[in-house]
Amino acid sequence: MADLSTNFLGIKSPNPFWLASAPPTDKEINVRRAFEAGWGGVVWKTLGEDPPVVNVNGPRYATLWSQDRRVIGFNNIELITDRPLQINLEEIRRVKRDFPDRAVVVSLMVPVNELAWRNILAQVADTGADGVELNFGCPHGMSERGMGSAVGQVPEYIQQVTEWCKTHTDMPVIVKLTPNITDVRFPARAAKQGGADAVSLINTVNSVMGVDLDRMTMSPVTDGWGSHGGYCGPAVKPIALNMVAEIARDPETAGLPLSGIGGITTWRDAAEFIAMGCGTVQVCTAAMVYGFKIVQDMCSGLSNFMDEKGYASIEDFRGRAVPTVKNWNQLNLNHVEKAVIHQDSCIQCGRCHVVCEDTSHQAIWAMKDGKRHFEVNEAECVGCNLCVSICPVPGTITMRALQPGETDARTGRVIDGSYANWTTHPNNPMRAGCA
Amino acid sequence: MDLADLKPGRLTPDDYARNFADAHPPLNRTQALIEAERCYYCYAAPCQTACPTGIDIPAFIQRVAQDNVRGAAEAILTANPLGGMCARVCPTEVLCEQACVRNTNESKPVEIGLLQRFAVEGYFANPGARQLFERAASTGKRVAVVGAGPAGLAAAHGLAWRGHDITLFDAAPKLGGLNEYGLATYKVAGGFAQKEIDWLLSIGGITPRLNCRLGRDITLDGLLADYDAVFLGMGLGGVNALGIAEPELPGLGDAVDFIAELRQSDPAQVVVGRKVVVIGGGMTAVDAAVQSRLLGAEQVTMAYRRGPEALSASRVEQEWAQTNGVTIRCWARPVAIEAAGVRFAATRLEGGKLVDTGEQFFIEADMVLRAIGQVYEPEGSAIELQGGRILTDEQFRTSVPRVWAGGDCRYGGRDLTVEAVEHGKRAAESIHAALTEVAHG
Repeated sequence: MADLSTNFLGIKSPNPFWLASAPPTDKEINVRRAFEAGWGGVVWKTLGEDPPVVNVNGPRYATLWSQDRRVIGFNNIELITDRPLQINLEEIRRVKRDFPDRAVVVSLMVPVNELAWRNILAQVADTGADGVELNFGCPHGMSERGMGSAVGQVPEYIQQVTEWCKTHTDMPVIVKLTPNITDVRFPARAAKQGGADAVSLINTVNSVMGVDLDRMTMSPVTDGWGSHGGYCGPAVKPIALNMVAEIARDPETAGLPLSGIGGITTWRDAAEFIAMGCGTVQVCTAAMVYGFKIVQDMCSGLSNFMDEKGYASIEDFRGRAVPTVKNWNQLNLNHVEKAVIHQDSCIQCGRCHVVCEDTSHQAIWAMKDGKRHFEVNEAECVGCNLCVSICPVPGTITMRALQPGETDARTGRVIDGSYANWTTHPNNPMRAGCA
Repeated sequence: MDLADLKPGRLTPDDYARNFADAHPPLNRTQALIEAERCYYCYAAPCQTACPTGIDIPAFIQRVAQDNVRGAAEAILTANPLGGMCARVCPTEVLCEQACVRNTNESKPVEIGLLQRFAVEGYFANPGARQLFERAASTGKRVAVVGAGPAGLAAAHGLAWRGHDITLFDAAPKLGGLNEYGLATYKVAGGFAQKEIDWLLSIGGITPRLNCRLGRDITLDGLLADYDAVFLGMGLGGVNALGIAEPELPGLGDAVDFIAELRQSDPAQVVVGRKVVVIGGGMTAVDAAVQSRLLGAEQVTMAYRRGPEALSASRVEQEWAQTNGVTIRCWARPVAIEAAGVRFAATRLEGGKLVDTGEQFFIEADMVLRAIGQVYEPEGSAIELQGGRILTDEQFRTSVPRVWAGGDCRYGGRDLTVEAVEHGKRAAESIHAALTEVAHG
């Protein structure tokens, strides 16, 4: 059986699944329930200076549902912990004492002031916690006070605070990054420059969930007014995965340990983040949607996947997909694929035809011998994958790569198996050797 | 049958209420939204092709999913002004739902009929809802529509919408035809037939003339003298005879009369036997047999002279009958109606022909209902018939100028409500074209 245990910055956990700093890790009772359910670690909900913040008492969460009311996206306006610092510290100490094999990392957010950071780091270290995560990501409320994403959006601040933390503690320091920036490589580089042991990402994305069309207010609202929240859940996973990949493949940050966060709901999501370089993954929304037991299904799936593929440990496949992430100009323009509709499982809904006809390349016929029948016209198909994407029956439309010697019916070109990208393409006015 | 145990009131008031309530309860909003999500929004959707009135089913279901009930009702009622009744009575299992692509993998089509009912009834239930159809300016043309069943109502609506003035004749004291008199009570619970008619008439320009029978109170020549055009949609006024001696017995009657009586009465007042035989294999037979059971009959047999594959009641209807305790007895040809029941000859197919096997058997009955089909009763004019019904061209024009026909009295088709609606709808288009052509000529 595969070994799911991880050693991340020297912090050991029996599996790579940590609960992210969020409402599920706000209190001892929650964290105990999480560890009893099998979570490998937690990042305790962000501690701040006393007096604690206060939260709104109206809606703190709102949801984007799929059509069958599965939670796709989740939005919150909760701030950092609203409980006194000492209570949190005592609880952390007790929980770590009772669960020594689990990772207990403590998320922190105090003003950009060296003394403030030094004080709180000392208190956290005293609990026996395994490490700290610097919350430079919270996009709502705290950012208005110059903390959270207000720090994470300024690489110089990230570097400065990280340096202070590294100066004042021996605990591993993880810097949690905000996605509310233009290029995630800059804050990641700053964290590394500041001496961060790792970065974790992503924090939530700025979001307004909707508009109440009867009241003509944004939603959700507290007594008629609302404020943007932080967006997470399955819908943000592709955004997170891209940012993880960018950091993993950036020569300046390659090799920096990564803790992946963003919409991880299944073992498959977790495996994808690990394949993209992450040493642990952090989960919040899935737990808030299904409860803590979901970790058992994630562990089961990940373990079976690893056994099936012959990976003995997480490290065996960590980062395997990173070298496949390239700039667009490196993609092979000689490679040609065509869609194939498998008639034995086609249910004849015709959606592939109409979307190709209306919005793409008019490459799917709707009729054969006077009968309803959907088939790809290879002379028009550009291999765009739209039909595969919208077909309601899994596996019914697939893409087939043309093999050397085959002719592309659309261009008349014979596939020769060679590689050529945009940098050398005749249409590229900037190509090498072009005057 | 002189000792027949025929009486009303076999059950408790609660039994009647339960037995004659909606057989297939409507979807609530949550159920409708969940079901609507199952629709794949197919291209050139097979369900739409299978619908005799061509309702854009993916569009109306998408609108249900988007919480746009009025828009959904508009998509339905534009194609089929009696879309509410059709949602309840269409044999969807052989029409739209049979064509649903979900059948391929799941054998479970989208519940199109129930969604259609949700949309139409949701729209009707909203008293503030804006009218879907605005009547065109009056053309000054007058059209007589004879028969206020599904075909006549659809024709009247389509013509009134286009600005013509309609007189809607019917021999019965209420509008609706089979919708009001010919369907099982549990299919049209809640007075839906009249609610739908109220909505349909609200377009304006339709004047009902009830208790007025063509051939008795009015004549086709008279109508042609008074009106610019005539649409005939009288349905089938006669009932097929069994072709054997039919003694005067109190328990012997027509299934259509029994069904009509139930629709117009408190079920507790309707007489039913202890042992009932319904002769026939169609939907009317099922409606009569099941309702006999629901009135408290202990043994109900539906006897049909051919094999099960030839039953015209759909598979779903047959199962509904059986679920309600009706015995379906095939290969049974009635040979004698006796006081104590019906004597049958057993039959079989021989070289494609139905023949008696030589065996006979007897089914006890104190009530026997004929349900072996209805026939068109000519109204006395020289209109050309085919197969005993009115012959029309594809535009529903009869052999008599200025006279159109549709619904069950017209030759061709499967005698479905939804087909009758389509006939009325398309005849209205043709009549309108003819009337406006004259005006321009």
